[in-house]
Amino acid sequence: MIALERRAAPSRAWLWGAPLLAVALTMIAGGLMFAALGKDPVAAIRTIFWDPLFDPQFAAYSRPQLLVKAGPLVLIATGLALGFRAGVWNIGAEGQYIVGALCGAGAGLALYPMEAWFIFPLMVLAGALGGWAWAMIPAILKTRFNTNEILVSLLLVYVAESLLASAAVGVLRNPEGGGFPGSRNLSQWASSANPELIAGTGAHWGVVAALIAVILAYVVLNRHLTGFHIKLAGQAPRAARFAGVNPARLVLFCFGTAGLLAGLAGVFEVTGPAGQIGIDFNVGYGFTAIIVAFLGRLDPLGILLAGLLMALTYIGGELASFMLGIPVAAIQAFQGMLLFFLLAVDVLTNFRIRVGRRDIA
Amino acid sequence: MDLSVISPTLLVASLMVASTPLLLAALGELVVEKAGVLNLGVEGMMIVGAIGGFAIAVETGSPVAGFVAAAVAGAALASVFGVLTQFLLANQVATGLATTLFGLGISSLMGQSYSGIRPPATPRLDLGPLGDLPFVGRVVFGHDWVVYFSLLLTFAVWWFLNRSRAGLTLRAVGENHAAAHALGIKVVAIRMAAIAFGGACAGLGGAYLSLVRVPQWTEGMTSGAGWIALAIVVFASWRAGRVLLGAYLFGGVTVLQLNLQAAGVALPVEYLSMSPYLITIAVLVLMSARRRGAAAAPASLGQSFHASQ
Repeated sequence: MIALERRAAPSRAWLWGAPLLAVALTMIAGGLMFAALGKDPVAAIRTIFWDPLFDPQFAAYSRPQLLVKAGPLVLIATGLALGFRAGVWNIGAEGQYIVGALCGAGAGLALYPMEAWFIFPLMVLAGALGGWAWAMIPAILKTRFNTNEILVSLLLVYVAESLLASAAVGVLRNPEGGGFPGSRNLSQWASSANPELIAGTGAHWGVVAALIAVILAYVVLNRHLTGFHIKLAGQAPRAARFAGVNPARLVLFCFGTAGLLAGLAGVFEVTGPAGQIGIDFNVGYGFTAIIVAFLGRLDPLGILLAGLLMALTYIGGELASFMLGIPVAAIQAFQGMLLFFLLAVDVLTNFRIRVGRRDIA
Repeated sequence: MDLSVISPTLLVASLMVASTPLLLAALGELVVEKAGVLNLGVEGMMIVGAIGGFAIAVETGSPVAGFVAAAVAGAALASVFGVLTQFLLANQVATGLATTLFGLGISSLMGQSYSGIRPPATPRLDLGPLGDLPFVGRVVFGHDWVVYFSLLLTFAVWWFLNRSRAGLTLRAVGENHAAAHALGIKVVAIRMAAIAFGGACAGLGGAYLSLVRVPQWTEGMTSGAGWIALAIVVFASWRAGRVLLGAYLFGGVTVLQLNLQAAGVALPVEYLSMSPYLITIAVLVLMSARRRGAAAAPASLGQSFHASQ
């Protein structure tokens, strides 16, 4: 008989061993999936995880992409992790990301074609505020009316997507674009451009912001009373109430921070790698960031590593679709599988597997 | 703008068609939540059902086989969720999200070769002269079998939850799993069965989208229907009859906004298409603002059960 026995305290070794095991299991299961698609599994896994970094032909292009893709993922996941730690479920980061990009782009384009130093900072500010405000909707509904924040934040993603579509063909459309949907190219306008800061690294201001966010989140979680309250509310809500933690303030803080960071990610993306507001501007970073947050153990430093790994699967996935004809959709399934395996092996962190005679429960 | 192009008969008839996927998925989730499990993977299970049902219906030429396959596919994905949350005690919110993300990914992978194909038609039931009656004939007697099946299922779920012994056991598990366990009820087994049922219902709902409502396969075609189904369960205060009301209400909003788009109302299409989501949010707020709304939730909803506790 195999039984689970609760550990007295979570295992430190498994806390960090579980993600590694999950990645290994995902590679095996993913390999089987690629084999089922009629592709060589070993070649597919190597193309996804090895070639973007070390292949002499592709690495020069792929390596900078790593930071370009990891930047928004880490930025969003860091914010989400604070909430997930406290039991506050913001799953609408995709919407906050879109609204951040819309507000940032709108603030900039209102001043076009002026050239001034303050335009880019203004856009960043507007984007952060936009993401923050969008996140405040579920947060205030939660604290004021106790409305389920999971459903509201998620449903607002669809609203944000409609707003994006409307802006791309309406208010933000490029008047010189010949009637095509999409805004002016922000990365080609000197005042709004968010260029590569160090040539060949892919690092733009969003990557810098992600690093700062990770450091700040680390300090908040480990050295600040707010971080203690977040952890307490997540692990022992009753104890948190006795300790005087105000749950409403915690909800507002977690949603606000996550929205702010997602909005920042949006504005850095629209001024940099994406370049413009278009109908297909959002590519699901807000949802993938949920996986990143869990894979990084809801810990800022872990998220940094998880973000890089997840960015690698994006780039490797593109490469695999280009080289081996593996559909890009396979990568999305692959990422979902990773989260499944992670949640499955996580049981080892809190429980011990006992084989043998079973005590009476 | 010409509102006269909107025919009330067709409006009501298409309302029922638009509501059926929501009704099926929400009924499944109702049973799952009544057993004390929060499965946020409805969207993922629906879309897996949509492509699974579509693929089998196209390959076999039989829509019925498609619906069966969709139910199996939905239940299979739900069982993954079940194993993770019931045996490996994973967090239900996170696992539900994983189910949705994985379902969206695997469905677009499976659907690569099925876009742009028309599925075999699911015909309206021929009820003889009844179907020729004015208005009533089209609205009440002019549907395919799945619509009637979903209405029957509503009654069956109501009867099961409120009138049967097994339903009482299931509700006991959802209200207080520790007490149910102490009474010798197999909490995990009942929850697994409920989760599989919920997955099968969501799968059927998804297949109804791809085989009847649209009818075509496009990536991400559920576009939030699974999340609206989750909201309907909250709206319904966890009661089967109100799930029917909620599903038809939301179906009505969807159909009305599509009709208004077609009639050329002076509102941009994007604002009309966001209306079902905004109305869902508004309804959630109204329900939660009332004190009684939240109290109707099963007491053990979303909590993991391990016999050691």
